[in-house]
Amino acid sequence: MTKSQDTALSADKQVQLPHQNASPHRLRRWLTGWGRTFRQEKYLYVLALPGLLFFILFKYVPMWGLTLAFNDYSPYLGFFKSEWVGFANFKSFFLNPDFWLLFRNTLGISFLNILFFFPAPIVLALLLNELRNMAVKRWIQTAVYFPHFLSWVVIAGICFLTLGGDGIVNHLTVNAGGKSVDYLTNSSTFWALLTAQSIWKDSGWGTIIFLAALAGINPELYEAARMDGAGRWKQALYVTLPGIKATIIILLILRLGQVLDTGFEQIYLMSSSAVTQVADVFDTYAYRMGIQNGRFSFATTVGIFKSVVGLILVITANRIAKRFGEEGVY
Amino acid sequence: MKPHPAARLFDAFNYAVLVAFSLLTLVPFLYVVIVSFTDPIEYATTPLVIVPKHWSLASYRFILSTATFPHSLAVSGALALIGTACSLILTSGLAYALSRKTFRLKRVIMLGILFTMLFNPGMIPNYLLVKELGLIDTLWSLILPVLTSAWYVILMRSFYLDIPDELEESAKIDGCTDIGVFFRIMLPVSLSAMAAFSLFFAVAYWNTYFNAVLYINDAAFRPMQVVLQLLLIQSSTQVGDPSVAQMLQSDQMLPPQTIKMSAVVLASFPIILVYPFLQKYFVKGMMVGSVKG
Repeated sequence: MTKSQDTALSADKQVQLPHQNASPHRLRRWLTGWGRTFRQEKYLYVLALPGLLFFILFKYVPMWGLTLAFNDYSPYLGFFKSEWVGFANFKSFFLNPDFWLLFRNTLGISFLNILFFFPAPIVLALLLNELRNMAVKRWIQTAVYFPHFLSWVVIAGICFLTLGGDGIVNHLTVNAGGKSVDYLTNSSTFWALLTAQSIWKDSGWGTIIFLAALAGINPELYEAARMDGAGRWKQALYVTLPGIKATIIILLILRLGQVLDTGFEQIYLMSSSAVTQVADVFDTYAYRMGIQNGRFSFATTVGIFKSVVGLILVITANRIAKRFGEEGVY
Repeated sequence: MKPHPAARLFDAFNYAVLVAFSLLTLVPFLYVVIVSFTDPIEYATTPLVIVPKHWSLASYRFILSTATFPHSLAVSGALALIGTACSLILTSGLAYALSRKTFRLKRVIMLGILFTMLFNPGMIPNYLLVKELGLIDTLWSLILPVLTSAWYVILMRSFYLDIPDELEESAKIDGCTDIGVFFRIMLPVSLSAMAAFSLFFAVAYWNTYFNAVLYINDAAFRPMQVVLQLLLIQSSTQVGDPSVAQMLQSDQMLPPQTIKMSAVVLASFPIILVYPFLQKYFVKGMMVGSVKG
């Protein structure tokens, strides 16, 4: 009510004073409009405020810390007195012989993850979807979701205690006349170990999103397919898979953005001096350089490199998905 | 209708694969649980335990009698309680405001939050921020930086969007403010979602590990996952943390393996305890956002 009156009034004023520049007027109207909605919604702002402060303080303020990469930050001098060095940190990072080692390890671990860990929940969800005994299905789901809730420390601990030199697996192989193998410090199988561990921990949990997508498929499509004489295999191929295609693509795009994120806690916990050559990735390197050696600027550079590559990859993957007529993330 | 033989073959194969996979996820954990309850002397002489002849609580009794472990359990418990409460209040308030059609800044804030999903400045700027705020060696360093995330806000917002508008309108006609609507109407209506989110938060806080490695040097604030990790990598030959090393040397000469295993079980105990009852809430919480996409 008041709103329409108010706009009518200010419209009148505008007619009365045609010689005046309209822009300050418009600005005032815009401001009073804001003032009014702000008064009406003040309690929504009160509710949102703690969350907003959180995002500003802990997500946006650190972005300002990115300037550290162009700086030779010294904790003694502080941020403003430290020297600006341009791209020197980037140069020393890219020219560092460690760079290619880190690059290889990060990409290798990521590639194995995309190849084996990414499809695992899809396959599992498809298999679960074919189960007709609901009680069995629920039992299996309960079992496979469980490891997701255990911490990486517990998972690593279980690995040490079962696969390590003194674990049950080796006791069994020795008992059967075989030789004891230390699976944890073998650098040629380290990446495979990490991938298997990820599948063990999270592929069950990953099925949830695909099962939700599967539940959203219109049952009439299956009926129609059956009418056309499609068996279960054909139905899966022509109804089920296209039904979850959009979900798969969205998750794959998001996954591609994390190609340089290899799961820090997992690698940090599983690596040992025996496997450094294959286990050192950008994240663990940044931690060692920054936190342990105090080279904050250099370590920030590593972090920026990672984030920028991730951002470019998400944007590119999203474009490609859209070009092929898919929905994409945004 | 009689099923096709190929279909029956597939069903048999499908059951076999899925049962095998679910056993594979459970058996390693079960093994650790069984050994932790095995009589230490029996384990020391025949470490190939599948079903122990003698059960025993000795390693649990020992580990709970040390100074370090129960203390770190208390730290983790406090962390989970305080953290979950803070996260829940903050996330639900923001998500609710963003779910209201009239809220004018909605679009800008949503975009701002979504951007944090795509770009993360990385470990070092976050570390320096926590340091500058003077939070190092406080419990707050493990709570404040991880209070919520874009993902949680979006999930919870989609839950509020599903609640019919009429509820809000009628409460407003009765003279409720937005805060009144939120506390008196929305929170009670969304109780099951709140349960799901408190569990997500509680599990995340209970499992806090790496942030504690970064931000906590003082043993008094060490959460249990950190102590567990120190305990797991520690052996008699390694000189590590003395207070943790002590935990491996009992006067009854318990084998370090059983001590480690009972520590692993204690570290996952609250999760084992709540998991079977609350699994469906976890799943529901995940589903809320994913169905709508």
